[in-house]
Amino acid sequence: MRRLTWRPAELVHSSAETATARTLRFRVPGWPGHLAGQHVDVRLTAEDGYTAQRSYSVAGPADGDLIELTVETVPDGEVSPYLTEDMRVGDQVEIRGPVGGWFVWRPADQSPVLLVGGGSGIVPLMAMIRARRQAGSRAPFRLLYSLRDPARRYYAGELRRPDPGLDVTYLYTRSAPEGAARPARRIGLDDLAEGGWPASFEPECYVCGPTGFVEAAADLLLALGHAPERIRTERFGPTGG
Amino acid sequence: MSIISRGFRGKRRDAGDRLPPGQYLVEDFPVLSAGPTPRVPLDRWEFAIDTEAEQTHRWSWEEFMALPAETPTVDIHCVTKWSKLDTTWEGVSLDVLFEDVETAAEYALVYSYGGYTTNLPLEDLLDGKAWIVHRFDGEELEPRHGGPARLIVPHLYFWKSAKWVRGIRLLNDDWPGFWETAGYHNYGDPWREQRYEGD
Amino acid sequence: MTEHLDGNALAGPLGELFTVDMTSATGRCASCGLTGPVASLRVYGPDPGLVARCPGCEEVVLRLVRGPGSAWLDLRGMVSLRLNVPD
Ligand SMILES: Cc1cc2nc3c(=O)[nH]c(=O)nc-3n(C[C@H](O)[C@H](O)[C@H](O)COP(=O)(O)OP(=O)(O)OC[C@H]3O[C@@H](n4cnc5c(N)ncnc54)[C@H](O)[C@@H]3O)c2cc1C
Ligand SMILES: [Zn+2]
Repeated sequence: MRRLTWRPAELVHSSAETATARTLRFRVPGWPGHLAGQHVDVRLTAEDGYTAQRSYSVAGPADGDLIELTVETVPDGEVSPYLTEDMRVGDQVEIRGPVGGWFVWRPADQSPVLLVGGGSGIVPLMAMIRARRQAGSRAPFRLLYSLRDPARRYYAGELRRPDPGLDVTYLYTRSAPEGAARPARRIGLDDLAEGGWPASFEPECYVCGPTGFVEAAADLLLALGHAPERIRTERFGPTGG
Repeated sequence: MSIISRGFRGKRRDAGDRLPPGQYLVEDFPVLSAGPTPRVPLDRWEFAIDTEAEQTHRWSWEEFMALPAETPTVDIHCVTKWSKLDTTWEGVSLDVLFEDVETAAEYALVYSYGGYTTNLPLEDLLDGKAWIVHRFDGEELEPRHGGPARLIVPHLYFWKSAKWVRGIRLLNDDWPGFWETAGYHNYGDPWREQRYEGD
Repeated sequence: MTEHLDGNALAGPLGELFTVDMTSATGRCASCGLTGPVASLRVYGPDPGLVARCPGCEEVVLRLVRGPGSAWLDLRGMVSLRLNVPD
């Protein structure tokens, strides 16, 4: 192993995930591979040398030296609108990573897994779901995905397809689809009690999203008796919607 | 070799000669924090000046608000390279607060609710160079910008302008503060670009 | 409102300095004795520097400032650090 350095990365593909989010595929020559849940730091440099850097989770297993990120556009943000709106295929950024050895899921883990994502916090959780599928793992997964409304769903088609051993529950916060049993509201104790695993199953819990969401969800898990050392969190900051 | 991200400019605006070297203009007011935002109820707020001879001068919020106020309009420069021009504050000049303070100390250590500290020579706080302010842009100073009250020392990088200020300790010997012990310059003059230790 | 990140966000900046992943290392808080992974610290920043605080007592555990050509790392709030090192 060696110290991390910045690597040039070229955008090779970009596609809309929702009206405000895009999945970006980068070619990163020499990419060493990564674990599900890890993130990268992305650095942008302007003509005059000004730089800005932000962290983004890797959305799925690598394909050789290709990796994918999904980025939500933060209105007035410095970096995310550049990535989602201004960047064209062939443009370059620098990427440092993969990093983070704590908020990761390894295919050898057999314990039940509870994934709780808010907004763009779904990204590293999706990487875990994809890694599970790719490895043919039998570890039972449950995903609770909190988001404003159905139009904000990332990876909608892929999450609709049956994936044995994975349960997906959407928790809408602003407007739920016509006829939904659960009215639109913020994540609550019932949601985690019904859609999650009982604490006695000792699931590994991964909670990710905007800081306020993570705080709230982690507190609810503690209140339901989940052990603090089995609750792993990744706060994205105020962003993520 | 440097990799340029085509078309990336960041949120900066064009500079003028009112900007110290390496600074960019911003329109918004970025919030930088090294910890949770302290909430200080006004009935428990106090500001103190502690001298090297262990004399303490204290002001409650009421006493502080009764002092003569000024409304300085100043440019502020953050070490993270943003600058903001013509910011208007309201508060009390440190010359007023130091009126009855007897001291021969050369150094000041400013300390805040929440544990933050920053150091500077005492003379940089006097002669109309610094204020304890409680209003910004005509509004009550928000907690995230340092309310109820913060120090403003506009001629030094903005980390010297301690938020949530609680007091000033006068010292015969310099005592480096929070960022000054973690790589930042001890004095921090933006016009000489004294960002890091050794600059 | 608290707007901190998790210790996970230190992985990149610390990965520039160390060859092992520091965020899965276990540290002990010098003020209250709480033991846990660096990834569970509360991180403020990144500007002007990264400040990691203990989730138990909010004291500063680690500070990291990155300047051109130098990094300043202060670990004064940590009594000890157990690292996962491959044999
Ligand atoms: C470990 C980690 C992993 C991450 N992974 C992802 C990821 O996979 N996908 C992703 O999209 N993001 C991710 N993020 C968030 C990402 O790093 C940036 O913070 C985000 O893209 C915003 O950057 P920006 O430069 O566009 O906005 P900034 O210029 O940093 O912010 C602009 C301003 O808007 C404010 N602001 C930001 N968001 C909001 C909001 N929602 N509502 C109101 N005000 C707001 C900010 O405080 C700031 O004042 C991750 C963060 C971390 C720490
Ligand atoms: Zn502690």
